[in-house]
Amino acid sequence: MDFILNEEQMLLRDMAARFAADARARQEKTPEEPGRRWSRFAELGLLGLTLGEAHGGLGGGGVETMIVAEEMGRQLLTEPFVPAVAMVSPLIGELGSKDHHEQILPRLAAGEVLVVPAFLEPEARYDLAQVATIARADGDQVRITGRKAVVLNAPQADLLLVSTRSAGATGAMEGISLYLVPCQAPGVSLRAITTLDGRPAAEVNFDAVAVAATSRLGSAGTALPAIERAVDRGIAALAGEAVGAMAALLDLTAEYLRTRKQFGAPIGKFQALQHKLVDMRVALELARSVAAAAAMAVDIPDAELRRRFISAAKVQVTRSGRLIGQAAIQLHGAMGMTEEYGAGRYLKRLVVIGALYGDFAHHLERFAATAEPAGLPN
Amino acid sequence: MKFTLSPELEAFRQDVRRFVADNLSPATRAKVDEGRRLVKADYVDWYRILHAKGWITPGWPVEHGGTDWSPLERYIFEEETALGGAPPVTGGINMIGPVLIAFGTPEQKAAYLPAMRRGDLWWAQGFSEPGSGSDLASLSTKAVLEGDHYVVNGTKIWQTQAAYADMMFALVRTRFEGKPQEGITLLLLDMKSPGLSIQPIRTIDGGQELYQCFFDNVRVPIENRVGADSKGWTYAKYLLGFERHGIAGIGHAKRQMVRIKRIAAAEQDRGTRLIDQPRWGERIALLEIELMALECLSLRLIQESEMMGAGKGPGVEASILKIRGTELRQEMFELLTDLTGPYVIPFDEEVMRSGWGNAAPVGPAHAATIASNYLDSRKISIYGGANEIQRNVLAKSILGL
Repeated sequence: MDFILNEEQMLLRDMAARFAADARARQEKTPEEPGRRWSRFAELGLLGLTLGEAHGGLGGGGVETMIVAEEMGRQLLTEPFVPAVAMVSPLIGELGSKDHHEQILPRLAAGEVLVVPAFLEPEARYDLAQVATIARADGDQVRITGRKAVVLNAPQADLLLVSTRSAGATGAMEGISLYLVPCQAPGVSLRAITTLDGRPAAEVNFDAVAVAATSRLGSAGTALPAIERAVDRGIAALAGEAVGAMAALLDLTAEYLRTRKQFGAPIGKFQALQHKLVDMRVALELARSVAAAAAMAVDIPDAELRRRFISAAKVQVTRSGRLIGQAAIQLHGAMGMTEEYGAGRYLKRLVVIGALYGDFAHHLERFAATAEPAGLPN
Repeated sequence: MKFTLSPELEAFRQDVRRFVADNLSPATRAKVDEGRRLVKADYVDWYRILHAKGWITPGWPVEHGGTDWSPLERYIFEEETALGGAPPVTGGINMIGPVLIAFGTPEQKAAYLPAMRRGDLWWAQGFSEPGSGSDLASLSTKAVLEGDHYVVNGTKIWQTQAAYADMMFALVRTRFEGKPQEGITLLLLDMKSPGLSIQPIRTIDGGQELYQCFFDNVRVPIENRVGADSKGWTYAKYLLGFERHGIAGIGHAKRQMVRIKRIAAAEQDRGTRLIDQPRWGERIALLEIELMALECLSLRLIQESEMMGAGKGPGVEASILKIRGTELRQEMFELLTDLTGPYVIPFDEEVMRSGWGNAAPVGPAHAATIASNYLDSRKISIYGGANEIQRNVLAKSILGL
């Protein structure tokens, strides 16, 4: 594995870092209307990051997505970059018809349309095949009935990309189809919620929602592998976001240890605190390294090896996130418990990332089920 | 960033892997596999094979027999040799070797370097003392210049395999005023010198590889001083900063992972292999993930330092690799202990050396060495700068206090 960014990737990182820092500064000065913030992403081409050049995008892959996500995490931006850009755009690019490509992709890149994934269900926990939402043919239409759980950014979205079952029992790998469903369609109802880290989300109910049969992505009943790939792209991006948040939190904590004085000395002089800070740094470096590996693995053809890296990254990032987030609060003392200070915002983001698309236990199990790559001498 | 390394590096990895597979003695590999004790011949035979190939001193300059490999190639070499079950290259090659090359006289280089490469000269390290461990600069073994000899009195401790050693490089105190670091001199002592004696120390794993050395008016010719009088601290720091590419021990850890899986497949509980039981499978998976993360970190740090042109491998980040690499391997030995179950309890020192021979093993054959290996693994977070010292070093670099 080659961990060194090439020149374009370094330029992208610098650009994303400036953009994200600027976005946070603006946000803190005068809160902007969310649509305005999102269009700034489009102006820099970030919304077309993962689209092919044929669709007016930059043709970026897992690494480019991670680079931007890391800067977003560092500044705790809440825009739906991961669901929209890391997950949905490549999925539409991959499975969509010519019409989908022509009608949706340019508008995604321009920030005119927001499409977010709605894959998981209240009873499914993290199993992408536990799809009880039914798509039933009805003339040249399809009627969708079911529920989707904790759909991030659904209240802002124009379209939902919904996994549905057109055949087979709940839990079967076959029989899953993807549909683009307008949020305004009759029968779609949202119960809006706010996430722990301050993002809009919703529980979404579909009551015999009629959509055109042409709004299906790809062939009927075969969408699961593509959904899994999209989720893996999302996890790799979230890992990058978590790394950015962890790095910022470590910097914040180190600065506090340098400046806060007790017993006549900066508290960073005390070994007990020093060693805890070092453990945070070790956890960060491990997470950063395996997150980068996962970002590289997103685009490889070997699905088994990809799963192995993605799940390893999710496990490591979740553990490192907990360790860093919790130690940061501890090292700040009571100040860390205050809403005003802000260390807690990072912990909240890290907890949310840990619970998105498979927690520690889910990915540990998934990793254990993958085969070790061949080639080890014995 | 790319998922695969360059085809050239991949080919290099395969070359090294094949070389180890084709040339390492199966008896030595079996000892390493089973965690049995190695003897000097196991090391030296392997060193001679490496020497014949020109691979015994990759880290030395080319004119002294180095290979001119990049840091990444050296990392891959270390990983593959360890993974293939080869004994580690020790005996001073990567410690006093680079110091002699940088600071030794032409006579010292001629006398020692070729013999080291051939496997004919084994060094003991004389740094720690009973009163000077992590605080090395407080050392008090005294050397007084009398004519053209230093006369050395005092004691050194924790010499690994001192009984194998032909020579010792030792830090001694030649001045008592000023800062502790300023009065230290680096001397080369013949282990057969009159007045030099060694005493083995039994360790908790049942081993007897460590020694204490005593100096009673040991006379060391002045030409055996490295560099200048009282400049030894500089040379020692140079020595300790060397060869940190492989400090995470990825090759060793991967080999232990193979062992873990082998034993988890051999051990059963109520008719099911442990490896097939979720509670064991997930413990193994977690260590595998930790190993992957550490391997990615090692590769990343080496590539980053290579790109920065440091040329020597990771700087202060090496402390991160030391901490995590040692803790991970210790976790692996804990798991090995747990996997082995009740047969971790019997302990037979002779089996550690020679295996079961013709006798029927007590319990599964793999069990005999596990407890000893586990106990032995407790040392790795202590030697080479205790992990707490590594944390102090890192904290200083993060905080700048």
